[in-house]
Amino acid sequence: MDHAATTFMKPEVIAAMAPYFSEHFGNPSSLYRFAAESRQGVETARRQVAAAIGANPGEINFCAGGSEADNWAIKGVALANRERGNHIVTSAIEHHAVLHTCEWLERQGFSVTYLPVDEFGRVDPADVEEAITDRTTLVSVMAANNEIGTIQPVAEIGRVAHDHGVLFHTDAVQAVGAVPIDVERMEIDLLSLSGHKFYGPKGAGALYIREGTRIESLIHGGGQERGRRAGTENVPGIVGFGRAIELATADIEGHNRCIAAMRDRLVRGILASIPDTRVNGHPKERLANNANFSFRYVEGESILLLLDAHGICASTGSACSSGSSEPSHVLLAIGLPHEEAHGSLRLTLGDANTEDDVDYVLEVLPEVIGRLRKISPLTPSCARIPEVD
Amino acid sequence: MYTEKVITEFTNPQYVGELADADGVGEVGSPTCGDIMRIYLKVEEDRIVDARFQTFGCAAAIASSSMATRMIRDLSLSEAWDLSNADVVDALGGLPAGKVHCSVLARDAVRAAINDYRTRRGLEPWEAGPCECCGGAGCGSHPENG
Ligand SMILES: Cc1ncc(COP(=O)(O)O)c(C=O)c1O
Ligand code: FES
Repeated sequence: MDHAATTFMKPEVIAAMAPYFSEHFGNPSSLYRFAAESRQGVETARRQVAAAIGANPGEINFCAGGSEADNWAIKGVALANRERGNHIVTSAIEHHAVLHTCEWLERQGFSVTYLPVDEFGRVDPADVEEAITDRTTLVSVMAANNEIGTIQPVAEIGRVAHDHGVLFHTDAVQAVGAVPIDVERMEIDLLSLSGHKFYGPKGAGALYIREGTRIESLIHGGGQERGRRAGTENVPGIVGFGRAIELATADIEGHNRCIAAMRDRLVRGILASIPDTRVNGHPKERLANNANFSFRYVEGESILLLLDAHGICASTGSACSSGSSEPSHVLLAIGLPHEEAHGSLRLTLGDANTEDDVDYVLEVLPEVIGRLRKISPLTPSCARIPEVD
Repeated sequence: MYTEKVITEFTNPQYVGELADADGVGEVGSPTCGDIMRIYLKVEEDRIVDARFQTFGCAAAIASSSMATRMIRDLSLSEAWDLSNADVVDALGGLPAGKVHCSVLARDAVRAAINDYRTRRGLEPWEAGPCECCGGAGCGSHPENG
């Protein structure tokens, strides 16, 4: 129940990768014929990724995952366009790979606007427009949020950015395979991808860079990726990444329908059996597999541990689990008080889940929350506590 | 990341709940993450005859407060006052570094309850010395020390 953290690898993906560990281990940069297989593996993957997002293969640049893609997009554009301006517009609910990159750029003298979101976690394109100045070079707003699953109006934001001649980057790490992406229609100039969120390998990702976009490299060295990203390619990872994105985008609608039905039953069941619960995120514009709750009077890390004792994996925005002093920036940005951000629980379904898993969570979770509420001094004595045996 | 003892104490806390006729109640909250711990004492002839707790917080906080209530039963008030957070950590078989402040919270809750008892009796509250967990350097549990 924590598929937003990472996914298992599909057997088809493992099968596609296998030969590249053993038979086809050549370095794609080598000239001899033996290396051609590796080169072809990488180029096939490039076509697969391009097809999945409506891009040209030449615009796909492989790298080591979502974090690198975000760093590259933001630092690369900021540095390459420095003489045009030093201002970036992003949102308050981005992944840390974006936020910490922006904070680093601020320390280097750039200025960054962090747009607020509404109670459901949506960025208003009108706010983007208002934030853009003649010094703005980049707008970066994620396609879908990893904690609360809110999907952003990407096409509208892309339009606004382009109306003002500003480049638009989107972190689509959580969106791929769940939201149909078309970089043309959505007016996206740069887009971050990561393999391990859609049944592909970890440590393999890509940055889509629209043809003609001015961007600096992050990794200097050899001439791989047409001189844009040095380092001998992670050939098996890239091959698996390509196969995984092909599978993940083959039938997005059918896949979503199936997952959303399970998710909705889970949410209904939890709301019906656990009082004083709120659902975080957008009622409609949200990832089909994402459910995020706040259970009043209890703390998230303790929920996770009791669920873990029952063999259920989940995650929380509580500060107590991250070791930081503040609960999740996303939950605070949608206006949750600290206490409710502490009591948050994220359940994200995936291809490994069945209706039985939903039944099992519905059986275990009320008992877990009830048990913790009995321990909590915040639980009002009149509060209806779910039955605990 | 947690020891077996922490998990056992957390999943089977023994002395949970409110003592309606408590002689002393201590409530503390950690500024580090906004968690709350309450300890109730029943005292007879300077001895703790019953101790209960309620905690809103992580597994370490729940296990620490549970362990603390277990350890201070049958102790005299001054013995209970001397219970250190390190004693609680040891009894739990250790806590991860980032969770030590949760055990400090348990010690502080015990002390707050003892002072509540003393104040109710018209006695001077006892003063806490420098924190042995951080020597006053700031373990995140004493807002006055930053
Ligand atoms: C929205 C988002 N961006 C970026 C990342 C980082 O991706 P990676 O783990 O591949 O570096 C993640 C993964 O946690 C994510 O959810
Ligand atoms: S109560 Fe928050 S970390 Fe222990």
